Amino acid sequence: MRLINHIPGRPGAVILAALPFVALVVAYTVASDLRLEANPQDKLLPAPGTILETAQRLFTEPDKRSKEILLWNDTLASLARLLGGVGISALLSLVLGLAIGLMPYARSALSSFIAVLSMVPPLALLPILFIMFGLGEVSKVVLIVIGITPFMTRDLAQRVMEIPKEQIVKAQTLGASSSVIALRVALPQILPRLISNVRLSLGSAWLFLIAAEAVASNVGLGYRIFLVRRYLAMDVILTYVIWITLLAFIIDWLLKTLSRRSFPWMEAGL
Amino acid sequence: MSFVSVRNVWQRYGDRSILERVNVSVDEGEFISIVGASGCGKSTFLRMLLAEERPFKGEISIDGGETAVEPNRERGVVFQRYSVFPHLTVRNNLIAGESFANPLGRLRGVARKEAADRADRMLERIGLNHVADQYPAALSGGMQQRLAIGQAMTAKPRILLLDEPFGALDPGTRVQMHDFLMELRVETNMTVFMVTHDLQEGFKLGDRVLVFDKPRWDPQDPGLFGATITYDFDASNDGVPFQDILDQYPSLAAG
Repeated sequence: MRLINHIPGRPGAVILAALPFVALVVAYTVASDLRLEANPQDKLLPAPGTILETAQRLFTEPDKRSKEILLWNDTLASLARLLGGVGISALLSLVLGLAIGLMPYARSALSSFIAVLSMVPPLALLPILFIMFGLGEVSKVVLIVIGITPFMTRDLAQRVMEIPKEQIVKAQTLGASSSVIALRVALPQILPRLISNVRLSLGSAWLFLIAAEAVASNVGLGYRIFLVRRYLAMDVILTYVIWITLLAFIIDWLLKTLSRRSFPWMEAGL
Repeated sequence: MSFVSVRNVWQRYGDRSILERVNVSVDEGEFISIVGASGCGKSTFLRMLLAEERPFKGEISIDGGETAVEPNRERGVVFQRYSVFPHLTVRNNLIAGESFANPLGRLRGVARKEAADRADRMLERIGLNHVADQYPAALSGGMQQRLAIGQAMTAKPRILLLDEPFGALDPGTRVQMHDFLMELRVETNMTVFMVTHDLQEGFKLGDRVLVFDKPRWDPQDPGLFGATITYDFDASNDGVPFQDILDQYPSLAAG
């Protein structure tokens, strides 16, 4: 039989899915053991037990000086920036995407501009943003917005243009104005796409956030990672990395669930 | 004065002529079938009636009005596909026929309640009341087209335009849809234009059958001349004309 026709059974599929994770943990544990055996003071690959202890300390014990649990402060600060940036981008791209997709004048005026804008490497603009908006929250949120809005706008505009012409004409024969067509015909049909766009953009959004926090900040997940790097505190860094991954995964799962709940008409077609 | 009048209409895309010298007048309540080979401009003609396209020259008026520049509530339309809104339930698709004309596209309070009642009556009429809360994707092709026709009628258009409405349906469903359309027509006395590939369907449903073809043909430049109406058949009385001529002109019987 051809390879493409071999299909794993249910238990097989679960085991296969778990396999890479198990392999990664085993490989790390072995490597860590080897290094610690040679030098018990080694800081590069702390033992899994050490990481767990550190994680427990980071999540529960307050900082001695500020009496606050830094990890939660970092998480709140980073999530506020991330969600702020992504939220603004989603709104902007929705409005621009609808305008470009529906109105020929807006398309002529904006579509090539946004195509060019999406080619600018956002991180190269970071110094400019720090100069313009200072080192506070604004520059970090703006970096995320600049980083992901052009891509989302282009995709949404494309989706609006893919709505069958028949539907737009039909809406006109029912007496719908341009704004009614935008709000009642186009908008509901691209909302599922907006959510999947947000899911796709979250990866880049995290990247821009951590980059901005690493360069200039005094609180935040990225800031903390780059701060403790100076002390080679791998246990802290790894805890933060796993925590960020978990956060990203939860946000993605929430968006996926939201999409499935909110748009039953999409499912009906499947 | 005829209800729909098309006077000396031409259409061309760039150098390519599509239609030329199209003249036709239609009385209120007539059912016009439009047939012709592929690419003969019959769909273009329908799009101009719909005002999705403006004629290159000439006039198209409904009840003595001006040539329209964009689709409006005077014209209802059903396409072969994509005529209903996939994100609205069946009932809301019908309510949209009334609510989309509002500034925000929504109805509130009593108005919405009344529109929902009218929608439910229409659902009963088109035989879709059992799927009122489902989405169009869950309906069969014939049900979707019935919904599309019901939705177009809800907006109370002056003329109804059908662009190969039954082209994607299987033969059995198509016959059912014919009966459905005939009943609806008897009830509403709507003026209907229907483009079809199926001659039999055209003669069965139509009072008149318009045939589009190119009267002139340049072998060196096929795009030089456009098509026009080459035949205008009387298809009333099941396609056998003059069956009731004695009722119309009793004096003929005397001879």
